[in-house]
Amino acid sequence: MYQYDAFDAAFVRNRVAQFRDQVERRINGALTEDAFKPLRLMNGLYLQLHAYMLRVAIPYGTLNGAQMRQLAMIADRWDRGYGHFTTRQNIQFNWPKLRDVPDMLDALADVEMHAIQTSGNCIRNVTTDQFAGAAADEIADPRPTAELIRQWSTDHPEFTWLPRKFKIAITGSPRDRAVTRAHDIGLRMLRDDAGEVGFEVLVGGGLGRTPMLGKVVRAFLPRADLLPYLEAILQTYNLLGRRDNKYKARIKILVHETGIDRLRAMIEAAFDENRRTFAPVDPGLLDRLDAAFAPPDFEAPAEVPPLVSPALRSFIDTNVHPHRLAHYASVTVSLKPVGGAPGDATSDQMRLLADLAEDFGHDELRVSHEQNIILPHVPRRHLPALFARLREGGLATANVGLVSDIIACPGMDYCALATARSIPVAQRIARTFADIDRQHDIGALKIKISGCINACGHHHVGHIGILGLEKAGVESYQITLGGDGTETAAIGERAGPGFSYDEIVPAVERLIGAYLDLRHGRGESFLQTYRRLGAAPFKAALYPDAPAERRAHAG
Amino acid sequence: MTKAQHPQVVTANHLLDGDVIYLTEALDWTRQITEAAVAHDPRRAAALLDEAQSRPHEAVGPYLTPVALDARGRPGPLHFRELYRTTGPTFLTDEAQNVPV
Ligand code: HEM
Ligand code: SF4
Repeated sequence: MYQYDAFDAAFVRNRVAQFRDQVERRINGALTEDAFKPLRLMNGLYLQLHAYMLRVAIPYGTLNGAQMRQLAMIADRWDRGYGHFTTRQNIQFNWPKLRDVPDMLDALADVEMHAIQTSGNCIRNVTTDQFAGAAADEIADPRPTAELIRQWSTDHPEFTWLPRKFKIAITGSPRDRAVTRAHDIGLRMLRDDAGEVGFEVLVGGGLGRTPMLGKVVRAFLPRADLLPYLEAILQTYNLLGRRDNKYKARIKILVHETGIDRLRAMIEAAFDENRRTFAPVDPGLLDRLDAAFAPPDFEAPAEVPPLVSPALRSFIDTNVHPHRLAHYASVTVSLKPVGGAPGDATSDQMRLLADLAEDFGHDELRVSHEQNIILPHVPRRHLPALFARLREGGLATANVGLVSDIIACPGMDYCALATARSIPVAQRIARTFADIDRQHDIGALKIKISGCINACGHHHVGHIGILGLEKAGVESYQITLGGDGTETAAIGERAGPGFSYDEIVPAVERLIGAYLDLRHGRGESFLQTYRRLGAAPFKAALYPDAPAERRAHAG
Repeated sequence: MTKAQHPQVVTANHLLDGDVIYLTEALDWTRQITEAAVAHDPRRAAALLDEAQSRPHEAVGPYLTPVALDARGRPGPLHFRELYRTTGPTFLTDEAQNVPV
C-alpha cells in the first residue's frame, strides 16, 4: 500500500491545523459563512439538509484494516455509529458537529487519511476498478498509473482554473468496471499487436444534466506517452472549453460542439509539441509507484475444502470474482441488505470487515463505485470460514449484481440539492424482491437511482434508471431503460411520463414482469432482452393504459 | 393561492451542529417548526429574514419558507422538502443505525 512520506504527513497535519483555526474563527465570528464555505468544502465538509456531512477520500477505493477500524471509531465517537460508502469510492459521515471536525480530521491523519476534497474546477481524484491488482481479466494494475496522473495533475499550475471540474477514470481490464465512458477522460488499458501495453483514450463522457458517452480520441497510446498526451487534451480543453455557461463548460460539450475529428487533430498537434518538450517521467518514480501498489505476499496453492453448503455456493455465485491466481478470489461484501440503506455500514460492520481483511485477505479492502466493500485477495481455502463470519455479522447478503444490489444516492433524506428521495425507493424495491431465489431467477440487473439531475446515483447507466424530480409539488420518478456503464456502455432512454412515489415500485415490478415473460430463458439478461426487443414492449408494461400511438411518442 | 400569499417562517441550519432551526417571535431559535414566528405579510417576512441574516454566527443560510397553519394557528411545513427537514431522514433500517423519525 502507498505509505505517506514525511512531506505527505506534514502536509496533511498542516491542513488540519489550518482548518482547526478556520473553524475557530468561524465560531467566534471572525469569518463569515461566505468566507468559510469554500474553506470547509476544500476540507470535505458540506452542509446538508439536517446536518454537516464530512466526505473522506479513499484514493482508488483502497484501504487497510487499521484504516477501516479508525473509520468505525470516528463513526462511534463523533457521528451516529455508521458511515455511507459512495459511488466516488469514498465514505461520508452524515452527522458531524462543526466543533468536532478538526478532531475527526486529526484522527484520519493518524491512519494516513484525509478529507481534502480536490474541489473546484481542477482535475479530481482518479477513480478505478475495485478489483484493480487482483482481477483475472486484468492486463496490469491501473493504480500506479492513476497515482502518476494524480501527482502530475495536483501541482499543475496550468490546470487549477479549468472551465469546469475534470474527472478521469482508468481500467486495467477490458471488462470496464470503472464506468470509463462516463468520465471526462476514460483510459482503458490494452496491448497492441506487438504486445506493448498502452491505453485506448476516451474523451467527453459525463452524466448529470447532459449525459454523454466518451468518444475514442486515440485508439492506442503507448504508456510512455500518457502524460504529454493528457496534457495535450487538457491544454486544448483549457483553451477552447466554454467559460460563459456553467452547464456547457464540461469537455463533453466541447466534444459535441467541435466534433471529435477536429478536436483530435488539435490534440495531436499539441501532443507533437509536448512530446518534444516534455521531461520524461523519472523511472525511479515509476518504480516507487509500482512498489506502492505491489501485490501482497501470496500464499502457495493449497487444498480447498469442498463447498457443501448451498448458501455458500449461492454466495460464491454472486459475490466472488475470479482472481488472477486460481487459488485466490476477490470477495464482494454487499452493503445492500434488504432493509438497509444502500452503501451504509455500521461501526460494528466496519470493524468486522477490518478483522476479516486481516484474518483472511492480506489486510486489504476496497470500496466499489457500486457502494460495496471488497476483499480483493482471499485464498479460496478461507471462503467457508469467511462466509460463516460474514453471516454472523449480517454481511453475507448474496445479491451482488442482482435486482436488490441498487446504487442510490443520498437523495432528499440527506442531500440539500435533492428534488426527491432515493433511499426509500431503493428499500421498497429491495423489499419487493426480497426473496433471494426470485432475485437469482431474475438474474443480472442494475437499478440505479438519483435524487436529482446531478446524477450522483448514475441512473443514466442503470439497466433501469430512476431519477427523482419534483412535479407539481410532489415527488415524481422518471424511468430510463437500457443504460449500461460497462465496455458496452449506453445512456438509458427515457421511458415516458414520471411515476409518483407510490407508483414507482409497482412500475418497476411491471418492467421486471415483462422481462420475465419476454426473455429467451434464464440465459438472456434484462439488458440483452431490452437490446433484442427495444423499448416498446417495456413501455407497454409501464403504461398499460396508454394507447399504443401515444406510447410510441412518450418521452 | 400562490406561494407569496401563504404565511411564511424563517428557517436555517444551526452553525454548530447543522440542525434545522426556525426563528421565533422572541427572536430566538427553535428546532420545532410549530414554535416559529409566522409572518402574514411580506413586510413582516422581510423583517424576520433581516433579523436572521444579521446573526450569521448562529444560523447558516436563512431563508423564508411558506407554511400551512393548523387549527390552533401553529405553522407546519407546506412543501415536502420542508416536511423532511422537520422529520430527519424518512426511512427506517432494520439496523438500529438511523434515528427513527
Ligand atoms: C450528499 C451530498 C452530495 C452533494 C451536495 C453532491 C453534489 C453533486 C453535484 C452538484 C454534482 C454535479 C456536478 C457537475 O455536474 O458539475 C455531483 C455529481 C456527482 N456526484 Fe455528487 N453530491 C453528493 C453526494 C454524492 C454521493 C453520495 C455520491 C456517490 C454515491 C456522489 C457521486 C457523484 C458523481 C459520480 C457525480 C458525477 C456525475 C457526472 O458525471 O457528472 N455524490 N454531485
Ligand atoms: S444526485 Fe442530486 S440528490 Fe443525489 S446526492 Fe447528487 S446532488 Fe444529491
